[in-house]
Amino acid sequence: MPKQGPRDALRLCNLRKAYKDVVALDGLDLDVQFGECFGLLGPNGAGKTTTIEICEGLTSADSGEVEVLGLHWNSDAAQLRQRLGIQLQDTQLSDKLTVTETIRLFRSFYRQGPSPAEIIAMMQLEEKRKSRVSSLSGGQKQRLALACALVGDPDLLFLDEPTTGLDPQARRQLWDLIEEFKLAGRTILITTHYMEEAERLCDRVAIMDHGRKIALGTPQELIASIGIEHMVEFSAGGAAKKLDESALRGIEGIGDIHSENGTVQMQVTELHRAVPALLDELRRQGIPLTELRTHSASLEDVFVTLTGRHLRDE
Amino acid sequence: MSDVTSISGVRSREAVEKSPRGTGSADHPLVQLTVVRLKEFLREPEALFWVFIFPILLAAGLGIAFRNRPAEVLSIAVVSPDLAQSLRQEKLLDVEQLSTSAAGDALRTGKVALLVEPGANGSVVYHYDDTNPEGRAAKMLANFLIPGLLGMNLMGSAIWGMGFAIVDARRKKLMKRLVATPMPRPYYLLSFILSRLLLLVIEVVLLLGFGVIAFHVPVRGSLLDFSLLCVLGSLSFSALGLLISSRARTIEAASGLMNLVMLPMWIASGVFFSAQRFPAVVQPIIRALPLTAVIDALRANMLQGANLTQVGPELAILSAWMIVCFGLALKLFRWR
Repeated sequence: MPKQGPRDALRLCNLRKAYKDVVALDGLDLDVQFGECFGLLGPNGAGKTTTIEICEGLTSADSGEVEVLGLHWNSDAAQLRQRLGIQLQDTQLSDKLTVTETIRLFRSFYRQGPSPAEIIAMMQLEEKRKSRVSSLSGGQKQRLALACALVGDPDLLFLDEPTTGLDPQARRQLWDLIEEFKLAGRTILITTHYMEEAERLCDRVAIMDHGRKIALGTPQELIASIGIEHMVEFSAGGAAKKLDESALRGIEGIGDIHSENGTVQMQVTELHRAVPALLDELRRQGIPLTELRTHSASLEDVFVTLTGRHLRDE
Repeated sequence: MSDVTSISGVRSREAVEKSPRGTGSADHPLVQLTVVRLKEFLREPEALFWVFIFPILLAAGLGIAFRNRPAEVLSIAVVSPDLAQSLRQEKLLDVEQLSTSAAGDALRTGKVALLVEPGANGSVVYHYDDTNPEGRAAKMLANFLIPGLLGMNLMGSAIWGMGFAIVDARRKKLMKRLVATPMPRPYYLLSFILSRLLLLVIEVVLLLGFGVIAFHVPVRGSLLDFSLLCVLGSLSFSALGLLISSRARTIEAASGLMNLVMLPMWIASGVFFSAQRFPAVVQPIIRALPLTAVIDALRANMLQGANLTQVGPELAILSAWMIVCFGLALKLFRWR
């Protein structure tokens, strides 16, 4: 929603927050533009939820500046509450109410927005509108939570791990719904530790680790920035001889090589040349191949390259 | 990338035009919150049992236990002509007007089960013989049971109803979710009180109706005064319930606190037996408890026909509890 006035939908400047002795945010800067879907990526404990809750006015930062839609929480809270859509990570809505009752309740708090029936249709919950919340599946519950976030027709939508714990089908259905909202030109801030989710939904992502931003850009830019196009992984189980890794390093297009528990991981730039050469070399060394996999570099590889750890280690 | 942006740009304008942002809805947040609260309560069979059915079962059980013979006409002695006249209107009473000394003899010999004298400020004093089962049963039924159970029910339903629902909403982070909306926070708390007052009507009518029909419990005071007493009592206990649940994050913690608060009152406030039996030293404390105040005021209203001025001290105690507890609860309340 481009409006005259604020340039950015969200502006965080040098945000710090500590809980007792744990530093959750260590000088975070972030700008989210109007109309973009911005992803906060990182492992558990990276500070994603703290960041989003500070933006939502539910937690206060120890220091730093927060500007949401050009407004500030200490002076414009009532106005902000009307204009934000919020989905928290682990809210359990009341089990004894039906879908319609829940949405009507949330709708009553907002001055404007679609009618409960419209929202129910939008979230594909028509069949369940008279069902109690307790009888909904995980995916339906998340859609209801999204419905409650959208009842006020928000300018800015906050989604904190909206698809965690869902099966792949339910996840894709939710992604479609989020994309529809995005296509209507609204701004979204989403946290996730699913790389696929970020690559599919986000225009830009910030990768967070230990309360800091360690990378920022479009998913494509970030993937390109690590200089890896493909990853090749193979296992040479039951080989009598030990693999001579140094011979692999000589092959054109093969970068870093990691080997772990008999599985070898290689960064590769030109797949079509490197793979035949790799096979030739293994044949020459007399090593039988039990498994061979390749994938295009992903945000996961970006995170591994930047931190040496996997996103879902914790 | 550039393709995606241009498509979303176009769709955005269409979408904004198609759905005007002001489809106003008539639902008032306070009404919605209260309706939702009532529905949540009514859809919980256990709560319905404890609030509506259990007190009646208890009244019936105790009533049967203390009524060792079928209802019959009760002989009582009265020392003032005015009282005698008014008591004679009660069908189940055989009223005999005697001098003070003759009445005392009649009571001691068991000729009458109860001796009634006018007390200070237009109140009435009852004397009965502890060793006479008929007298005790009559007193249990008429004086103690129903007002005591009413008071106990006002306390239990307010404290449990308020406490569990609030702590549960906090535990499930539903409260945090609501706070993230533009919901005015006072409405949230007010909805609990409104729904409590609506349920109060059902609760009191059921129990009082049972008492009147099954045990012929008298309601001598004005019904308006009686209703006001119930409302004030319920508000005081709601405030107490709000205070108990103002910070607790688990049901276990809240339920421990509730028992800690309610148990002494169940014992000391004269629900089942007279609070007068406790030593004189602790009487001022017992009288300052909200349950004692509610029960005393209800008894005065129902049995002695006292008006609100006559139960002034009790009203003052209840109001004090209400104001102090609400004040503290609002200060301490944890919204997440």
